[in-house]
Amino acid sequence: MYSYNEFDKDFIQTRVKQFRSQVERRVDGSLTEDEFKPLRLMNGLYLQLHAYMLRVAIPYGTLNSQKMHVLADVADKWDKGYGHFTTRQNIQYNWPKLKDVPDMLQALADVEMHAIQTSGNCIRNVTADHFSGAAKDEIEDPRPTAELLRQWSTDHPEFAFLGRKFKFAVTGSETDRAVIKAHDVGIQVVKNAAGEIGYKVLVGGGLGRTPMIGKVLREFLPREDLLPYSEAIMQVYNALGRRDNKYKARIKITVHENGIEKIQELVEERFIIQREAFAGYDQELFKDIREAFAAPDYLKAPTTAFDEAVNSDPIFRSFADTNLFEHRNPDYAIVSISIKKHGQTPGDATSEQMRVMADLAKEYAHDELRISHEQNVILPHVHKSHIPAIHAKLREHGLATANIGLISDIIACPGMDYCALATARSIPIAQQIATRFDELKLEHEIGELKIKISGCINACGHHHVGHIGILGLDKAGVESYQITLGGDGSENAAIGERAGPGFSYTEIVPAIERLVGAYLEVRTSADETFLETYRRLGSAPFKAALYPETRVAAE
Amino acid sequence: MARAFTPKVLTANRLLEGDVIYYSANGDWVTSHDDALYLTDEVQANELLAACSKLSEYLVGAYLANAALEDGKPVPTHFREEFRTRGPSNYHHGKQAEV
Ligand code: SF4
Repeated sequence: MYSYNEFDKDFIQTRVKQFRSQVERRVDGSLTEDEFKPLRLMNGLYLQLHAYMLRVAIPYGTLNSQKMHVLADVADKWDKGYGHFTTRQNIQYNWPKLKDVPDMLQALADVEMHAIQTSGNCIRNVTADHFSGAAKDEIEDPRPTAELLRQWSTDHPEFAFLGRKFKFAVTGSETDRAVIKAHDVGIQVVKNAAGEIGYKVLVGGGLGRTPMIGKVLREFLPREDLLPYSEAIMQVYNALGRRDNKYKARIKITVHENGIEKIQELVEERFIIQREAFAGYDQELFKDIREAFAAPDYLKAPTTAFDEAVNSDPIFRSFADTNLFEHRNPDYAIVSISIKKHGQTPGDATSEQMRVMADLAKEYAHDELRISHEQNVILPHVHKSHIPAIHAKLREHGLATANIGLISDIIACPGMDYCALATARSIPIAQQIATRFDELKLEHEIGELKIKISGCINACGHHHVGHIGILGLDKAGVESYQITLGGDGSENAAIGERAGPGFSYTEIVPAIERLVGAYLEVRTSADETFLETYRRLGSAPFKAALYPETRVAAE
Repeated sequence: MARAFTPKVLTANRLLEGDVIYYSANGDWVTSHDDALYLTDEVQANELLAACSKLSEYLVGAYLANAALEDGKPVPTHFREEFRTRGPSNYHHGKQAEV
């Protein structure tokens, strides 16, 4: 696994010392809240509805057992014994006390973790495909590219005060599991006709108040041009991006207002100049980074134990059907651990569960774990013969739910149960939908269906790209839920279409049930997914199910 | 005619712990909404809020939240404020578990 160099280690240790002294000065009154707030935000510390919240970066969602153990220890020692994994591949602690935060950050820094770039108008923590380095369909592991971008962007003086936050996401395959089209810059590793590896660069994607799908800025960028080209994008954004209105400050608006051709032209102009400044040192560095991401030493052993378990144990078979994905090594599988047992808070894991997953990674999975933007935990490299033992252990700890990609595998942002910006709750809606469809014993029958819920227009729960999206709003002092249909966060990214008037807190789950019932009725066969059915028929049958009273009125 | 003043409570978060607190009738800060001072006078409410700027070593983010009286006790009128009196609703923890 990639390990920080001395420079990075010193940098994060120094940051903790600085922050400790800033907290002391805040507590003794030498700093006012106005002075302190930007400093705490630069270190991932927010003030939420009921308490502070500390957001810790997990760069490109990769961690090892040692780091996961420390995340568990931090949860026990300074929080309430659990953590919340987010759609940004971060972990959030919901109950830290201000005076403890320096100690928490110190414990994290000692295993090369930190909360830098998790807040503020800077280039944020770079995210990547959670199956990186393991997926069969991958051209190459995107994480070295993500790490190169991280090193370039961390504390980059020119980009410390951007007009707004800025997010990069990287994928190494055609199948997009990192939602790159909904990021400020999306990078896809591609191969050109000559067989050379480079990057396809997208720009101007984003969700939130004004959702946009990213546009292609460059079809093929040679590998060595990545940093000068990225720098050119940032410079054009820095110069052209609006600072007069925070709702119009993201690069998606810059692209929208100026047109992709103009942005292209300006970026290419800047790029010629920037390229001169890069003498190839970055490519030397990239080579070293790549070595640190080398594939593990794969085990060579028979996989009969796996085949036997599939044939003899229906519970294991169901887990294998939904939670395993094809690995580049045919004797291996990628194991997704659902931290969304029916009725639980999506993305929450207790410290005990974190330790169980860490120990399983250490014992059976080459000591690697990933956090997915879908708020689950992944063991990316597992020899198939070990999966039955892993499954047995997961079952003991409420971690063996076979629901990956199904209706209860819901993304839900913290919403008004925690978040100070929320306009409604999102977690209880996810809990109720999961519980309801579990009672109905329908979820395997329904098949692939992605529900995504946000508690406000900021869309941290990615509702715009949910096959069914739910947005919680405050409508005249009452929680109201707006449904969108047909969104898609994959390589065929699409923004969902608003279905109609919102539903109250008590109406929303029955509404979803009617919607899914309509799908089951009109699909051509069990092989046609919800999204395919929606694309074939449009929204009419779904709207009719959602708003039966309107249909009656029209008749 | 001047707009009628909606009664308020004065609320904030404690600087050190982050806990939700209310300004009480006794002039101290408490965690229970029941004990919050019910403010019906706009001038008084604004004066109390302004005075919070001197309490920066103790609290963060003070504001006035709408309230009503029920059985002689102030109750929140908006769901956001109601959640702040209890803690998260996804499972029983936070303030509701500590009371
Ligand atoms: S979408 Fe809104 S409510 Fe949900 S976490 Fe983001 S800011 Fe908070």
